[in-house]
Amino acid sequence: MSILGTRVVRTEDPRLLTAGGTYVDDLRDPELAGAASVTFIRSPLAHALITNIDVSAALDAPGVVAVLTVADINDLPPPPPPPEEGFEPPPGSEAAPLPLGGHWSEPLLAVDRVRFVGEPVAMVLTDDSYQGEDAAELVSVDYEPLPAVASIDAALAGDSLLFPVTGTNVAVTAGASADGTAFDGCEVVVERTIVNQRLAPVPMEGRATAASWADGKLTVWVSTQNAQLSRFVLAGAFGMDPAAIRVVAPDVGGGFGAKIALDRDAILVAWAAKHTGRALRWVETRSENMVGMTHGRAQRQRIKIGGTRDGRILAYRNDIIQDTGAYPRMSGFLPFLTGLMAAGPYDIGHVAAANRVVVTNTTPISAYRGAGRPEATAAVERAVDLFAAEIGMDPAEVRRINLVPPDKFPYSSGGGAVYDTGEYVAALDKVLAAAGYSELRAEQARRRERGDVLQLGIGVASYVEITAADAAGGETARVMVHDDGTATVYTGSSAHGQGHHTAWAMLVQDELCIPMDKITVIHGDTDLIPFGTGTYASRSLQLGGTAVHNAAVDVKERARAVAADLLEASPADLELDTESGVWQVRGDPASSRTWGEVAAHAGPDGLAADANFTEGQPTFPFGTHLAVVEVDTETGKVRLLRHVTVDDAGTVLNPLLVEGQRHGGIAQGAAQALLEEMVYDADGNPITGTLVDYAIITAAELPSFELLVSETPATSNPLGAKGIGEAGTIGATPAVQNAVVDALSHLGIRHLDMPATPARVWAAISEATANSATGEGQ
Amino acid sequence: MKVTVTVNGGQVAAEVPDRTLLVHFLRDVAGLTATNVGCDTSSCGACTVLLDGRSVKSCTLLAAQADGSAVVTLEGLANGSGELHPVQQAFRAEHGLQCGFCTPGMVMAVVSLLEENPDPSEAEVRTALEGNLCRCTGYHNIVRAVLAAASERRPS
Repeated sequence: MSILGTRVVRTEDPRLLTAGGTYVDDLRDPELAGAASVTFIRSPLAHALITNIDVSAALDAPGVVAVLTVADINDLPPPPPPPEEGFEPPPGSEAAPLPLGGHWSEPLLAVDRVRFVGEPVAMVLTDDSYQGEDAAELVSVDYEPLPAVASIDAALAGDSLLFPVTGTNVAVTAGASADGTAFDGCEVVVERTIVNQRLAPVPMEGRATAASWADGKLTVWVSTQNAQLSRFVLAGAFGMDPAAIRVVAPDVGGGFGAKIALDRDAILVAWAAKHTGRALRWVETRSENMVGMTHGRAQRQRIKIGGTRDGRILAYRNDIIQDTGAYPRMSGFLPFLTGLMAAGPYDIGHVAAANRVVVTNTTPISAYRGAGRPEATAAVERAVDLFAAEIGMDPAEVRRINLVPPDKFPYSSGGGAVYDTGEYVAALDKVLAAAGYSELRAEQARRRERGDVLQLGIGVASYVEITAADAAGGETARVMVHDDGTATVYTGSSAHGQGHHTAWAMLVQDELCIPMDKITVIHGDTDLIPFGTGTYASRSLQLGGTAVHNAAVDVKERARAVAADLLEASPADLELDTESGVWQVRGDPASSRTWGEVAAHAGPDGLAADANFTEGQPTFPFGTHLAVVEVDTETGKVRLLRHVTVDDAGTVLNPLLVEGQRHGGIAQGAAQALLEEMVYDADGNPITGTLVDYAIITAAELPSFELLVSETPATSNPLGAKGIGEAGTIGATPAVQNAVVDALSHLGIRHLDMPATPARVWAAISEATANSATGEGQ
Repeated sequence: MKVTVTVNGGQVAAEVPDRTLLVHFLRDVAGLTATNVGCDTSSCGACTVLLDGRSVKSCTLLAAQADGSAVVTLEGLANGSGELHPVQQAFRAEHGLQCGFCTPGMVMAVVSLLEENPDPSEAEVRTALEGNLCRCTGYHNIVRAVLAAASERRPS
């Protein structure tokens, strides 16, 4: 029986559970012996000119090795010059470079201006980290404050500009403009402005980098989702041959998209190691992480939905304003993805999306678990509920009427994507049945009838998402069988908790019949794996896993030829016995040769194969989430009681790992709906800059989740796999948000922005009650 | 000042700056790096260890405060023969960890919880783990692991 599809416990765990992982702070490599500690001096102001930096007092502090400012960065090639013809808005998001360069480009250390609280201004190198905190206090920076642009409205007003030479705070404008006749046939049209609030990714391990420079070689250990991209970035920044740089991703304590790019802080640590010749290590504090690591989401959307009174949606539009923070690191990519997925899983005749990307004096925005797709789903799922409320139809029924039916695949969506395979209505019905939807509605009605303090809300969200959006970028793998019968897998994919080592070993065992405990998986070392793309966008299994599978298939065929030579038989007569895992002439166990014997006979290059798998198109996982919440109408407190989901990500390799991905995503989605928000005051000061203020969801605030099984294979890879990493944040967020609104709908409440904090819910209830007392509708 | 702590059964003594935190004593002096630092506000629990049998956040104590005490970290949990502690076993069987960063603190918090309450309900587990943050698992499998470990420990 194949091991694929079975619940295999992780090979990673014994080490993590007994010795703990080896994260950057835990590295004891000889090159890092005596490494100095790096402490960044960061801007305390959102927007200011730097008029002077005095490091003299810090230089005399105990343990100080060096204090570095932008004036010390005199040994790097210049960044590309800005365009000569003044500012030209870049063309459509699809074509805009990442990050946006020219006048919008981001320095390594602040030059003469700071643009967000937390921007690196100087760095202190000390023998130990305690000394670093002391010495950093002694670096004196004089600032001349400028008016802060702390909101989308302030950015659009343009009274203060982050990049004055551009003449605007709008970095990108893209997408469809006018509605034309799209909404002409609609009996009902609903419009609303909604907010998809700014979040902090908060991987439990923050950012961390260590670096050493010796004999012309730079070695950089970094907490990253892709070592190879990091090496590419460093080579460009330093004007170095990539072969002279080794990047290692040790154990990584979570990333969630915020460790895809190599941040300027990490580049600076590598530069400073090269510049000073001293090995260095930087491990950021959580307070530093909350403002220094990129944030996610941060969109304001104007949604417009129209259709007929019998529930058919005819037109939908989403106008997006993306707050991109102080530097447009993602250009227009995030709202582009929001537009691409605007239509969700619905068959809508007219779909349009447009976006503007504005800069503000806040932490830059980048990918966070879903990266533009949760924003698309949140918008359209709110729109469907608003439409359902307007026509007085059950929101689940409106979804059933409008979901793309199974006979329409592959389906060209109104947003511009081609959905590959799906059973959207089946997913909805499965969730409704498992949740006991009609009984929940009956219970809700009873509570309303009685006027209970604790009101019930039922939220439904159907979704489709795009995974491996950069399918053509592919992923690499090398599978090698050794003469002791063991195997090694080198993967360009980059695990940081997902369980790649287990999954890749399962794939190799399945193909080669070499037991998993004889298979070693290696990732994240550019000396061993120079080419690879990394782990993000839910791409790993479908691209990296398929590459491993293909390499294993290739190794098997090579082994067949070698074994044939060894046994003086025709390759066609050989078989790999699936029980014993040995090569033999078909039906003749006496002729058997072990993998070790075959590998030993393979010649000087050994028995190995490389693969680089690219998909012809991305894949489109889908599903439905149903959340049940209880709202205390006296306090505004929301409690998530149940969460039931179908998340169909194609053929499942290991249900244990897939469920883990779903659980984590659901928790983060529920957290966005209920608790989390990165808040700035009008001067651009972050006021949720620690884990005391920023409400990471805890075990006490969540129920156990009810996961249903559904597998509709993908057609673009031999594993039938789609991505699962981001399904939870995409499906759960609107389901929980819709549930909160649903709990209050009998009060006339149609919408509540996230997060549904007690204060916000209580205020909405109070307002609705007051309106109802004075006879005003909402 | 001179600090002497019994760590995982062995004595560790060193002259350290007065302000040295227990977590840094464990990591940098005792060389035990499983215990992680995940925040700077005593919020996340990644640094949880047992101090004289009770769970504490080792980022919130000075090493000096542990002078003369016994500390157990994740590394000290499995017995000498390498057999996993029931809590470690349950975390693996139930897939109660992903990136592993919160795991050392989470496991020690669970060991302490089950000492205090050998037969907790799901709600009690969830409340007891409120001070230990995990960003990967959504806590679902951590809770299952705790309940499984409790059931394993229960005399049949």
